[in-house]
Order: sequence, then C-alpha cells, then structure tokens
Amino acid sequence: MTADSHFVFLPAAASAHARHVDWIYFGLIGVSVVIVGLVVALLLTFGIRYRSGSPAPRGKLPEWVSREIEIGWTVATLFAFIFIFWFAAASFLTTIGAASNPLEIHVVGKQWMWKIEHPNGVREINELHVPADVPVRLVMISQDVIHSFFLPALRIKQDVLPGRYTSESFTADKTGSYDLFCAEYCGSDHARMGGRIVVMPKAEYQAWLDAQPGAENLAGKGRQLFTQLGCAGCHFEKGHRRAPDLAGLYGSYVQLAGGGTVRADEAYLRDSILQPARQVVAGYAPIMPSFKGTVSEDQIFSLVTFIKSFSGDREETTQ
Amino acid sequence: MSDAVLDKTSARDESTFDKGYLGAGHTLRSWLFTTDHKRIAILYTLTLTVFFFVGGIAIALVRIELVTPAQDFVSADEYNRLFTLHGIVMVWFFLVPSIPATFGNFLLPLMLGSRDLAFPRLNLFSWYLTVIGGAFTIYVLLAGGVDTGWTFYTPYSSIYSNSHVIAAATAVFVAGFGTIATGINFIVTIHTMRAPGLTWFRLPLFVWSMYTVSIVIVLATPVLAMTLTLMMAERFLGVPIFNASEGGDPLLFQHLFWFYSHPAVYIMILPAMGVVSEVIPCFARRRLFGYDFMVYALAAISLIGFFVWGHHMFVSGQSPYANLVFSFLSFIVAVPSAIKVFNWTATLYGGQISYEAPMLYAFGFVGLFTIGGLTGLFLASIPIDVQATDTYFVVAHFHYVMVGGTVSAFFAALHFWWPKITGRMYPETWARFAAVLMFFGFNFTFFPQFIMGWAGMPRRYGSYPPEFQVYHVLSSAGAAVLAIAYLLPFAYMIWSLRWGQRAPGNPWQATGLEWQTPSPPPKHNFDRVPTVEHGPYDYHHEGYVDQKEEIAGSMQTAQTDGDQE
Repeated sequence: MTADSHFVFLPAAASAHARHVDWIYFGLIGVSVVIVGLVVALLLTFGIRYRSGSPAPRGKLPEWVSREIEIGWTVATLFAFIFIFWFAAASFLTTIGAASNPLEIHVVGKQWMWKIEHPNGVREINELHVPADVPVRLVMISQDVIHSFFLPALRIKQDVLPGRYTSESFTADKTGSYDLFCAEYCGSDHARMGGRIVVMPKAEYQAWLDAQPGAENLAGKGRQLFTQLGCAGCHFEKGHRRAPDLAGLYGSYVQLAGGGTVRADEAYLRDSILQPARQVVAGYAPIMPSFKGTVSEDQIFSLVTFIKSFSGDREETTQ
Repeated sequence: MSDAVLDKTSARDESTFDKGYLGAGHTLRSWLFTTDHKRIAILYTLTLTVFFFVGGIAIALVRIELVTPAQDFVSADEYNRLFTLHGIVMVWFFLVPSIPATFGNFLLPLMLGSRDLAFPRLNLFSWYLTVIGGAFTIYVLLAGGVDTGWTFYTPYSSIYSNSHVIAAATAVFVAGFGTIATGINFIVTIHTMRAPGLTWFRLPLFVWSMYTVSIVIVLATPVLAMTLTLMMAERFLGVPIFNASEGGDPLLFQHLFWFYSHPAVYIMILPAMGVVSEVIPCFARRRLFGYDFMVYALAAISLIGFFVWGHHMFVSGQSPYANLVFSFLSFIVAVPSAIKVFNWTATLYGGQISYEAPMLYAFGFVGLFTIGGLTGLFLASIPIDVQATDTYFVVAHFHYVMVGGTVSAFFAALHFWWPKITGRMYPETWARFAAVLMFFGFNFTFFPQFIMGWAGMPRRYGSYPPEFQVYHVLSSAGAAVLAIAYLLPFAYMIWSLRWGQRAPGNPWQATGLEWQTPSPPPKHNFDRVPTVEHGPYDYHHEGYVDQKEEIAGSMQTAQTDGDQE
C-alpha cells in the first residue's frame, strides 16, 4: 500500500521476491488453519460428546491407540515441520548470492534519519529513489546505534550496524511510493525515523538523478579525497612502493603479513582505512596511520567506491 | 488435624485465616520471617500481583497513546519508557517467577508428600531478592524510567541512552539470583524429598515441569547476569566490549542476551504446560494421555530450547548459514510442543468432562497456545521472519504464548488450587464469566496485531502511519475488555476469602497428594508422610494403554484424617 492510503490488509508487493514470500506466507496460513481447525474440532467434539453424564459409550480404548499412535503423530509432525523448513529455506538460499552488477546505493543510518547516496553522488534524506527492474544493492552502516532498514513492500529488512557494513538487495518491479521504516528500536524518535522508497521507471529515475543538485561521480569524489588525505603518496608511488598497489584489489585475495589470506571486500577496505595495523599485507611495514576520526562514514563510502572502481591502467598513465 | 471440619452449610464458623498454615501466626513478623513454603508462596503472590498491575498500567497508557496515529497522549520519550517498563516488569517480575514462585512453592512439597522444600531459609531469601530487585524497579520508575526496551540492546543501552539503565539492569540482575535460588531449591527437593514409593515416573506433570524449568533457570539465568554485568561495565566503567568504535561487537550482546532469553521463554511456558496437564485430566476424569511422552516432551523442549537463540537474529547481520541452522532447530523444538497439544486433546476422549472455571482456562490455554506455537513456525521460516520480525506480528506471537498461554494457565492454577490455598471456594459463575471474557478479550486485543504486523507496522512506535489505525483501535478496545477480565478475579477472589463457601480437602475429587491434606493445609502439610503405590491421574480406568505398566488401581495413599471427601 502506498503511504497515503487509509487502510491496509495485505502489504503491497513490489517485487518478485515479495510475491514469492507471500506464497510461503499463505502456505503457512493454510497449514495453520488446518491444524487449528483440527485441534478446535477435536476439543469441541470430545468436549461435547464426552461431557459429564452424556450417554456416549466410553469403552476401553482400542489396543492400537497407544504407543503406536503417539509415535505416529510425533513422526508425522516432525516430517511436516522439516518439510516447511525446507520449503522456506530453499527460497532463502536463492537470495544469498547477489545479482551481478547491481546498482549500489549507500545508506548511513543515524539517530534519527537515513542518509542515502547514489553512485553518482546524489544525496537524499529519508527517501530512496530507485529505478524499476534494476537490481539494487544497499550497502549500509550506522553512525551510532543499531538501526534496521525495513521496506515492507519488498519484504526485506536488514539491521544497520555501527562499525560494520551490512547489505540488502532487491529488484523492484512495480512503480510507486512505499513505506520505509526503521525497525530496530533506536531511541527517542525511533518512530519518526522513516520515509519512503519511490520506485520509478528507468528513464524517469535517470531524469530525476540529472535534476538533483550535487551530482558528481562518487568514485571521482573518493579519488579527490584520496589525494587530499595524502594516500596517493604511498599507494601511487613509482618503483618500490611503501604501500600495496590498489589496482584491481577489490574482490581479490590478499596475503597477510601474519599469515593467512583475506578477501578484499568492502569490510576489509573500511577496516584497513580505520585500523590499518590489524591486517597488514605481506611484505609491507605497518606504517600506515589510522584515519579514524578524520573521515566520516560518508567519506569512507566514497573512498571505498573509488578503490573498488580503480583498475590501475588509466591511473598509471596519468600519474 | 481436627480443625479441618467440612462445613458446607455454615459460613459463620471461624475465619479461614485461623485455619491450617494461615492460622500459624497473625503478626507481620510471622509472615516476613516465615520459612513455611506455603506462606512464602503467599508473599510471592502478593508481590507479583502488585507488579502485574504496575506492568498493566504501563501498557494501558501505551494502548491509549496508540488509539491515534499521532504522538499526542504522552511524549515520545515517555512512550519509550512506558513500553520498556511494561516489558521489564512483566517478564522478570511477573512471568518468569509467576507459576514456579507461587504455585510451585506452595504445591511442590505437597505434591511430593514432604513437609517443606529442601532449603526453607534459602526459599525466604529468594523472595527477599525478588523484593530487592523489585525495589530497584520501583526506584527506576520514580526516578524517571528507562528507555532501552526490555532487551537492553547495545550500544544504545551501554552508551547512548540517557535513562536509568544501571538501576534497571541491577533490578533484573538481583531478581535473577532469586530465581536461580528457587531453581536450585526445587531441583534438590525433587531429588531428595519424594515420599516413599513416589518414583520419577509417578510424579505429576506439574512436578516434572517444575523440575525441567528449574534446570533451565539454573543454566540460563547466570548468562543473563554476565551479559548485564558486561553491559554495565561498558556503560559505567567505559570498558569497551560492545562498542564498535572501540573495536567491540554490538552483536555479541544479542547472542548472549538471547542465549538466556530464548530459554527464558520456556521458563515462562513449561510451568504453564504443567498446570494444564493437572487440570485437564481432573475435569475430564481421565488419565493423562501419553504420560511418558509428556515427560520426554518437557525434557526435549528444555534441551533444544538452548540451541535456537539465533532465530531472534535473522536480520541482525548474522551469517546466513547460521540462520539456516537456527531455523532448522527452531522447527525441531516445535515438535514436542505439538505433541503436548495432541495429548491434551486426546485426554478428553472418553472422559466425563465438566466445565468449571479451571477447565475453561485450560481450554483457552490449548487454543491460544496452539496459535502462538503455529505463528512461531512462521517466524522460524527465514523469509517470513525477515518481514515479520520487529513488527507487531512478533508482538502478537509472543503474547499468544506468554499471555494466552502462561497467563491463562496461571488463572487456571489460581482457580484450581484456590480452595486448597485459602480453604474457600471461589464463586463459580463469576469465574466462568471471567474465563470466557479473558479468552475473547485476548483475541480481540492481539489478533489484529498479526495483520498489521505482516502489513509492516513496526513495534515500539508511539506514532505511526494512518493506514494502521483501525487495527490499533481494535487492539486498544480489546485491551480494555482484557483489563476487566483481569480485574474481575481480583475482586471476587478477595470477596471469597470472607464469604466464599468453605472448601473441603478435595473439592475436585482430584488424585494428587496435595488433595490428601485439609484445606488450607496444616503448617507441616501431612500428619503422616503418605506412601505412593501407583502413578498419577488415576481417574478412569480405561484409557491410554500403557504397555510398561499395568493399568493401575486407585492411588493408595495414607489418608490424612482431615480429608472427608
């Protein structure tokens, strides 16, 4: 349902995933109605038939109503429940792997607002504009307490943690405006920490982006910051480097000085900016200073985006 | 005990307060320094009643606020303090101690045929710890409240909240030790103080439920104490544990908290299952169907209940593979609960069923617990939980289990054993009316919450989008009905203390040992320690054919001379 309607029975379903989840939901309701119906029917039947003083015969129970029936319904229940588990879990497993090349949008939660930044640097607050039929991945972090980014019309919710990226992915396919809530209690104005998600046709989204002020490439902004903070001094050094090469780093496996390897994902890049001494690359001295306190979460996002997009070749020639 | 003369015709004989253990002393000192488990049970009942009403008033104010979408009755901060107070008080100062500390305390020695619990002074100390914990809670209330939610999630509680977190956590911490002491007391009592012949598989289900719940209490509650200590260490001393900006992990708190708090759900529901397993056979005049399966089910729930905490954290950022494991185990833990529902239903088969108030409450329990349990399957399914967690769907689910389940069972127990505890009968017509009203008021309040929760209404919101208003209005109206249904027993039970009919030793013709003493029981419970020769629930000879044991005759126990029923 859109936010301005006056009554809601079932939530709007604005993605294939949402409609699939609804199927599971209705399936479970079906199972529940059958079980509750059975229990209530038995309670009423026995309760009335065997009320005190009723003429119903009350002979000995037949022999088979014993251990066998007890074991029988235990096993039946067990299999029914395992089936429901599998039914629900199977659809969850397909959502673990993210779609390739999603539109990546950054979300920063803070008491009590959502700050959102699109790949081209357009920012908005408490509103999230997305194109329809395009896979979107939200990369989220909190500046203070735990929040939760809840989009009921897409049937997704993910806690937003301080100090650690979490993400949620969706492909909306019905245009419209839907509720956005913070679902994890976060203090005084928790109830007001919400807004809406606007799903628009692709062309309209592009037009909307172009009309926003402050549009500049997020990776470009990150590159600027990279130079400003003096990172280039070591990481772009010619010849023998004091710091590891960043070209093509994202997604690769890095040998650590302490032994072992780590995958260079967003979390690793973020940690390496804030706590560079923790996971030092093999062959380098732990000389990088921490940028904790000097860069905001938004700035870390742009730095990470820059490093992710940095392929090296182009940079080498311009250096 | 010659004073337990059955007298149905005259209400003008001596006051009930002069009989049995109630007549053992009338001074304040005789109550505050008593080591009699029955008097301590009364102390607990009075204390928990006070807290039930404190928690009830808090939620009444919340429900008034929620009638309109805007934040207009109380401020946002006041609202947050009210639902937190409701949660803390209802969980730790009503539901967790409710049935064990009152009925468990009163009945356990009677059902075992012993004269008291193993450690009577420890028992009194437990009550004092509960009272001290309660005093901290009252301090928090008077000082301005706490706004973290009953879950105390970090880093909000440990760093950001500007409310009385330390005092509130101390309240829970202290009361927790009261619960642990009760648990230890029950375990030792059940192991060492059973009457001759009362073997493990002759124990009533209520005793089994007290045994399993005590083990869960003793294993889980210390984890809560540690967790709250760590949280307080971060808040008060600045020790970085959960604070991400110092390298801590905020999710660690949730893992520790739910490692306690999921078993705590079973701490609240197992005793209720015990109560219902006593009430249904008695009013169906029937042996409990599948006694040994009922025992194994209690044990299985207690054990598996320790391994499902992660289902509270499906959207927390926990590994998706951990989610799968916790989802699977959560489905498994539902199996023994389902078995119990089937067995209670099957117990009715071929009975001679009568519908006094305890039976009505027990029927209400079975229906509401079934819905609570089934919606638990919804929440154990990961894709459903992602939508439903932290919404009113979860709120409705756990109220069906804890209020529809535990509180219904509490009232079933209250009516069932009231004659034993007070020596007076409650007014049956009023009690039946209250039981039916409670059932409808409950559904009226909480069923709409399932619908709005699935539609996306988040919990802990003092203001909300107008599309949810109709459900909130229904829910608040239902809460008003429910409030009346709770106040009615409060009124007629007090009335019955003076004007209720004199209760015989065994008004329900029930089989448990507790019915073999006069009502109210003498201070030392039994003149002669009874000997038990048969299993429990010897109501009706035809029934579940047990292949291990012969169908038993009637339970042969040494009759105490006061029992003339």
